Amino acid sequence: MSAAALTLPLAEAAVLAALASAAVSPLAARWPRALSLLAFPLLGLAAVCALAAGTLALGFDVAQGAVLPLGLPWLPWQLSVDPLAGVFLLMLGAVLLPVSVYGPGYAREFRNGRDSLATLGVSTGLFVAGMLGVLLAADAYLFMVAWELMSLASYFLVCFQHEHADHRRAAFVYLLLAHVAGLLILLAFGVLAAAGGGFSFAAMRAAHPDALWAAIAFALALAGFGAKAGLVPLHVWLPEAHPAAPSHISALMSAVMLKVALYGFLRVTFDLLGVPQWGYGVTLVVVGSASAVLGVLLALQQSDLKRLLAYSSIENLGIVFLALGLAQIFQAAGHPALAALALLAALYQALNHALLKGLLFLGAGAVLHGAHTRSLDRLGGLLRRMPRTGWMFLIGCLGMAAVPPLNGFVSEWLTFQAALQAWRLHDGLLRILVPLAAAALALTAALAATVFVRAYGIAFLGRARSRSTRHAHEVGGGMLAGQALLVAGIAVAALLPGPLLGLLGRAALQLTGSAPAGTGWLWLTPLDPATSSYAPLPILAVLLAVGALGVLLLRPRQGAAVRRADPWDCGYAPPTPRMQYSAAGFAQPQRRVFAPAYALRETTAADRHEVEVGDRTWVWLYRPLGMLADRAADLARRAQAGHVRRYLAWSLITLLVLLWIVS
Amino acid sequence: MDRFLSLAAALLQPLLLLAAAPLLAGLVRRIKARLQNRRGAPLLTPYRDLRKLFGKEAVVARTASPLFRAAPYVVFAATLLAAAALPVFSTVLPGARIADAIALIGLLGLARFMLVLAGLDAGTPFGGMGAAREMLVTSFAEPALLLVIFTLAMTTHTTNLAGMADATLGGTTVLRPSYLFALAALLMVGVAECGRIPVDNPATHLELTMIHEGMLLEYSGRHLALMDWAAQLKLLLFAMLTVDLFLPWGLATRADPLALLLALPLLALKLALLAALLAVSETVLAKMRVFRVPGYLTLAFLLALLGLLSHVILEAAL
Repeated sequence: MSAAALTLPLAEAAVLAALASAAVSPLAARWPRALSLLAFPLLGLAAVCALAAGTLALGFDVAQGAVLPLGLPWLPWQLSVDPLAGVFLLMLGAVLLPVSVYGPGYAREFRNGRDSLATLGVSTGLFVAGMLGVLLAADAYLFMVAWELMSLASYFLVCFQHEHADHRRAAFVYLLLAHVAGLLILLAFGVLAAAGGGFSFAAMRAAHPDALWAAIAFALALAGFGAKAGLVPLHVWLPEAHPAAPSHISALMSAVMLKVALYGFLRVTFDLLGVPQWGYGVTLVVVGSASAVLGVLLALQQSDLKRLLAYSSIENLGIVFLALGLAQIFQAAGHPALAALALLAALYQALNHALLKGLLFLGAGAVLHGAHTRSLDRLGGLLRRMPRTGWMFLIGCLGMAAVPPLNGFVSEWLTFQAALQAWRLHDGLLRILVPLAAAALALTAALAATVFVRAYGIAFLGRARSRSTRHAHEVGGGMLAGQALLVAGIAVAALLPGPLLGLLGRAALQLTGSAPAGTGWLWLTPLDPATSSYAPLPILAVLLAVGALGVLLLRPRQGAAVRRADPWDCGYAPPTPRMQYSAAGFAQPQRRVFAPAYALRETTAADRHEVEVGDRTWVWLYRPLGMLADRAADLARRAQAGHVRRYLAWSLITLLVLLWIVS
Repeated sequence: MDRFLSLAAALLQPLLLLAAAPLLAGLVRRIKARLQNRRGAPLLTPYRDLRKLFGKEAVVARTASPLFRAAPYVVFAATLLAAAALPVFSTVLPGARIADAIALIGLLGLARFMLVLAGLDAGTPFGGMGAAREMLVTSFAEPALLLVIFTLAMTTHTTNLAGMADATLGGTTVLRPSYLFALAALLMVGVAECGRIPVDNPATHLELTMIHEGMLLEYSGRHLALMDWAAQLKLLLFAMLTVDLFLPWGLATRADPLALLLALPLLALKLALLAALLAVSETVLAKMRVFRVPGYLTLAFLLALLGLLSHVILEAAL
């Protein structure tokens, strides 16, 4: 048996390992160590299997399927694994493995609390199994079952610490939007199944619904998967739910679950729907740009570290969908090579986001563990108290800020390269739209750098702003190792983009029929060497060489390297920690400049100035929607007066109307 | 032989820029002094300042973390690497393949990221103030700069700076409307990014107005020297960027000693002109209030966007 034939069995093994992890977790109710000795290692096994399956699927360009003896008699569950699923299996494995190493240390905190470890373990296992199931499903039935499993299990994880009222509220909003999203996805599959005459993906792929129904299916899929991926304006659950979950779960939700939604969207629009349309592309570009810009603007104003990361996820998924829009536009215009480039940019951005956001959420968990707060205004100076976490968090921040030689820059660079090929398009409107999207992306990138400078500078540099932060302690070995694994993944993605893109190129080939060239190990030349090239390894080498040379040459020959003294600060009296810039203060200029984007409430008292920055979407969209629902309920209540006579009258009228329709 | 020459050029060009950077800063200062009826410091003063700082003891705030000491090296190395992507006297530049124009902006972003973090590190109010303001400036300046690059990349179909200069040299149309918008945007952004009047004033430590100097307040000795040198290099880098993108005439397009010899004095002339322009604008303009800076930068961003749009609308057929 060749290695390629192992792909699907490995993927199935991953699902089984995740289910087994859920199955052993109830033991934790009596024996808390079951979680760290059994449940988490099983998750790690699932991660390794998923990683191996993903690598094999991409490396050997595998497309394998199987029919399970499960499901309904006339509708058995079907599994398949192909390069597209492989990309996401890879992402899932790459984040789940560090999480399973990190988890035991983090969950130890809950051992003495009131929260049930068994719930945590069971929900986590089912959550992972659900995500794997979505990736492997080859028919709409199994897909929806796995999807709902993922949504429900993650609901229980969000309300894990349900003694906090805001966690319960977050979980409720999450459940509500997850249900709406599930419904929309179900309808999208309904449209496709009607056209294809069956629920299997193969039947849907073979059929081509007419333009109107295709557009309806696209809109439903975009709304359904977009809600799960956190696209504006359906993002409101995300900044509530992700921070509420325990940090290693936040990492899984942000780094993997959003990508699973992305996978679903890719599967439906690029694979099953088939025919590319520029109109889809334009929609995606507009929605993606809006999500990116709004997400980053809101991230900039958050003072809760995990909320900030959650808003930044909205921004990143926005960038991914923007790149997908470019791919759709290029594909519709008959440039498959450019479409493949844009799609690769999207996939690489998704992979980078998975690695970086995984690391940052684990880092935020470590901060919460070590300093017992995640409010930026109570942190400060953590780099000296928690040096290992601090330096790794810096790597994550640099990656999110998209500066070379880190991986965030590679995907941003690829997206720009794709957008800069807009001159090949013939349609005037598109030629204007694509550069505008590039401008939005440029603005987003600059603001993202501000977001992460602010987060890192306030939390890890300067001086401690509270007593608990002053006595913060470094986290244990397992939690550090989990973060270190993600740093290793980031290093690979940053320094060897060529080989990785070569692997991801198989998925691009599957969806666009073209794979970009020029993905050597040293140079990245996706179009041709004269147009653009980027080489991260030499950049890192030169940076290190110049830095090392500087240190060597400049180090004083005798005496101490530096002299320590009080801060100079223009000669004023030594400043107190409270005189440092606060998180709100740092972002004040942007709050002024971009005021229309925020729902601001500022109050000034004698000695303090309070700012509350809200999301306008609540005011503009959800509050009216809620009022509408209330109004509708009022109307319905009028009909439901409680008198039997009136109900009988209603039944009679209905019967008459039905009879009239029938006759 | 050709390969050797081009490799030598690749190594030589950034070093040349590094060596010349203090001179440009001194020149601007000198012209400005003359315009203000002062005699001004000698041209070589910036070099003497650097030498003095390199020889001095480095004092580090007690509250600072190790990042504070690492930052100057990163800032310096990243700026130098960004400079290596620029063609100085020849467009034959292997170094430009490592990093194209977008990577150049990214490297400047890396330098800025570390600089701003260093400003926050000591936990002093002025450092935080400089850091917050620097990020405000860059929130607009960096996208505007990217749009300028995009305008030229759309025209020349490459993001490689040497390739851009080559394409402009080989092209026929010189005066494109999009280039005018882009040039105006680039000059405005350059002024903001390098912390010059009217956005910031490099010659003052007046607390309430400083941006760049605010972040450097805690630095001394060799660390300060590296930071200052990197800032001077950045000024030269923006001047070179203007020259390469909009006035590349005179650049050698092959590794020919005669052409190289000719390129150098011409380049010096162009840079001197830009220095004079900066000095004049710094003399006639007053520094604006910080709250007005976003307006200025939005204008630069919109100009760059107009440049890009006027390219796709008006010049697409070219």
